[in-house]
Amino acid sequence: MGREEDAGTVGELSQTGVSKVTTQARDEIKIGGLGASRKRVEDNRFIRGKGNYVDDIVLPGMLHMEILRSPLAHARIVSIDTSKAWAIPGVRLVLTGEMMATRNLAWMPTLSYDTQAVLATDKVRFQGQEVACVIADDPYIAKDACEAIVVEYEALPVIVNPTQAMAEGAPLIRDDKENQQDNVIFDWEVGDRDGTERAFAQADLVSTLELHYPRSHPSPMECCGSIADFNRSTSKLTVYMTTQAPHIIRAAVALVAELPEHMIRIVSPDLGGGFGNKVPVYPGYVMSILASILLERPVKWIEDKTGNLISTGFARDIYLRGEMALRKDGKILGVRMHTDSDHGAFFSDAQPSKFKIGLMHSAFSCYDIPSAHLTARGVYTNKAPGGVAYRCSFRVTEAMFFQERMVQAAADDLGLDQAEFRRRNFVRDDDFPHRTPFGFLTDSGQYGKCLDVGLQAIGYEDFLKQKEEAKQRGRLLGIGISTMTEPLGAGNSREYDILGIKMFDSAELRVHMTGKAILRTGAKTQGQGHETTWAQIVAHELGIPAEDVVVEEGDTDTAPFGMGTYASRSTPVAGAAVAMVSRKVRAKARKLAAHLLEVSEEDIEWELGRFYVRSAPDNGVTIQDCAFAAYSNMPDGMEPGLENVAYYDPPNLTWPFACYIATVEVDPQTGVWDVLRVVAVDDCGVRINPMVVEGQIMGGLTEAYAMASMQFITFDAQGNCIGSNYMDYLLPTAWETPGYELHEVVTPCPHHPIGAKGIGECATVGGPAAFVNAVLDAIKDSGVRNIDMPLLPDRVYEALTQRHDVSGAPPVKMDDQ
Amino acid sequence: MSGLFEEIHEQPNGDVPTRRVTITVNGDQRVAQIEPRLLLAHLLRQGFRLNGTHTGCDTSNCGACTVLFDGKPIKSCTMLAVQADGHEVTTVEGLAGASELHPIQEGFKDEHGLQCGFCTPGMMLAAKALLDENPDPTEDEVRWALSGNLCRCTGYQNIVKSVLWAAKKMQAQ
Repeated sequence: MGREEDAGTVGELSQTGVSKVTTQARDEIKIGGLGASRKRVEDNRFIRGKGNYVDDIVLPGMLHMEILRSPLAHARIVSIDTSKAWAIPGVRLVLTGEMMATRNLAWMPTLSYDTQAVLATDKVRFQGQEVACVIADDPYIAKDACEAIVVEYEALPVIVNPTQAMAEGAPLIRDDKENQQDNVIFDWEVGDRDGTERAFAQADLVSTLELHYPRSHPSPMECCGSIADFNRSTSKLTVYMTTQAPHIIRAAVALVAELPEHMIRIVSPDLGGGFGNKVPVYPGYVMSILASILLERPVKWIEDKTGNLISTGFARDIYLRGEMALRKDGKILGVRMHTDSDHGAFFSDAQPSKFKIGLMHSAFSCYDIPSAHLTARGVYTNKAPGGVAYRCSFRVTEAMFFQERMVQAAADDLGLDQAEFRRRNFVRDDDFPHRTPFGFLTDSGQYGKCLDVGLQAIGYEDFLKQKEEAKQRGRLLGIGISTMTEPLGAGNSREYDILGIKMFDSAELRVHMTGKAILRTGAKTQGQGHETTWAQIVAHELGIPAEDVVVEEGDTDTAPFGMGTYASRSTPVAGAAVAMVSRKVRAKARKLAAHLLEVSEEDIEWELGRFYVRSAPDNGVTIQDCAFAAYSNMPDGMEPGLENVAYYDPPNLTWPFACYIATVEVDPQTGVWDVLRVVAVDDCGVRINPMVVEGQIMGGLTEAYAMASMQFITFDAQGNCIGSNYMDYLLPTAWETPGYELHEVVTPCPHHPIGAKGIGECATVGGPAAFVNAVLDAIKDSGVRNIDMPLLPDRVYEALTQRHDVSGAPPVKMDDQ
Repeated sequence: MSGLFEEIHEQPNGDVPTRRVTITVNGDQRVAQIEPRLLLAHLLRQGFRLNGTHTGCDTSNCGACTVLFDGKPIKSCTMLAVQADGHEVTTVEGLAGASELHPIQEGFKDEHGLQCGFCTPGMMLAAKALLDENPDPTEDEVRWALSGNLCRCTGYQNIVKSVLWAAKKMQAQ
């Protein structure tokens, strides 16, 4: 993919002032700058099996921790007998909630101003909750000892959905909280209630939709884990751990364990995927830290897959209903939405503090809708906590899914073509900046063009004909469209914070004497390829070849403070900081160049990698010359060295947009559906590394397909988790996963220093509705309005044959109940 | 190399029976004194410090622990190490030659067949088993051969391209 035409792509941007001239762009591709599909440097270790994941780290004298989990979803703990566990040779420590409580560590704060049990003291509140843990010489002994712990429970009534949670007389899940009278966590609203009322009063037609976005789990291949290493002689605690946000963890550990922040070093080594799962603070981390402090030895905790699936940050699990006020010519006048979200036993979402249901109110941002109103209620249930942003910018996945399902339903109700209905309601290209119905400010977009590229690629008109012909022969073909824009890259810091910590990010660049450099950022790659792409931004800004820049992240002792990588914020925020720090370094290099060229700074021009005298362009010095001078020949009075740090607080979110189109065929005999084609048109602004961008889009599309087709976690009436391992929690393999056809539109972000926007999550956010709309389109004649995801064959078959909507809300009825 | 693994047991428990196994790993004969319940994946990782073999799911679904066992791909997280006694095991560390990468490794880098890298060793070994049997597979054959290995990052399309890239290169050699 090291494509020559990339030079053209970058060159085109010169019209917007983002890049310079095409010749510079060509040179830039050569040094691995902006637009180069540079092969990834991190691959060199991964393809050799030489990655350095947490479980690969072995410290001298290291012990191993295993966790005993609750088999019940809601039960009072009557007694815990650990004597048999202590008696097993090789067991060093057995921790229970009672012991944690003596150190004030039985509970910890969550990232959403709630509390969460580290080890249960009073009762267990979900199946899989941590009840005790064992630290032993090896993990096998630790597991044996966990099985030797005897816990007596007294079962309590179980709640597995919001309806049960809000029912009169429902058992109180959080009886540990003094002022908690019921199971409601929050009631929240946003938008214009009265204006929306008026819009509905003027409507010719009101469309309604109600659905459940099922509980899902990000499920990175690598589970969570940590190695806590407390050194009594230096008082320093080092924790190697699977975290997407090492600096937030350092702050949390300082607060929870009451250790001084400078004596805490969090190291996030290679991560085997994250997808939002590795943002929160988990009890296992805290227990391993306490164990290391008590035993004064390194303690390793590596979660197994079941532990990961049943106890760590799930995503979604939200009931959405809404209605759309429509004029008969197809204009949307207003939207009303309500969400009931199931947060499990503890409110431990990692969301910006101001927004209780994340960025749900980004729904309908690409449509020109005069008024909208959203109410949201969150409840506790006897399920694992989470509500994390799974490959998603804080609930935008649910927002965009509902949006595109609602738009589809409205188009059907109006009898309008689904593409035409979208086109009539898009925000126009010349209508930016645009205030969305819920108050966001979008700054750019070409939604109509994006849709047209998609329709042309899929051959829309031809497919509609083909669909009609197939119908005559009893075959069910369908086409689904999803168009959206989403807010990626929190902050700005005025509006976005987590636990009061503002959402900015950072980069630190040190150019060595020979012109080679090291870059550190406050973000943390988990597969996104920062080691490759950040160097490309430096190459673009400084002309230092990307291969001369090493990138390091994840060590809080060396990296500048940042909020980490999730919600597609790396490129919008940390990536911007990389550009800004490079510009700071360039500003100093310019002074050095003036000194070397013996002219005043004003007489100097810059081209990629080189300063030259304006009046004598052949008289110049390279950035490497300047670097050498910074250590060997600086002017009198100038501070030596060539390095800087930039903290970047973005003026706004970035607004990538996309159009996803899927075509499917449904087998009327079985309800099985096959994907025929998938077309994705993404606009993420300037692409730093097109190869990496395309890789992210295809990964995102696969998670979209997964959620639409098979991937969900549900519960029976007793709160047993169905989906606690990969035999029950189905993830698509290479065999089921469809092929993808990728296209692009390029609208540079007007406020990002290199015109880039977030991309990692767009396809996961926008993709599911394309698949679901396609299946529903194929069975439209049955009059079915909704089938809850995943569209399992039995659900589709039921809808087709019984001609009714199919809900997927828990509890599920198991065959043996 | 048994000494390395015994390091883990600071106080070897005399009551626990152990067995001596001899396994040819990546061409080298390795000997270990192990508990019969030890999983092969754990012997490779903790005992032989071959960390390229990852454990992902514990239920033989994800394939991150895939190694070649007498040339056939197996899930080393659900095989006892004692079952490997007298057999040959190839891990990702045995893929490359002394000086150059295996074409499958090159293919994965060239076609962007990996992101976080966690599934990659297992994927490459499953691919090797395929190409050893079928040097010129179709896309469908590649997808089927890799269907025991899960990836959460790439969406498989580039993994399939990587394997086809390697097949082409190996045929040209």
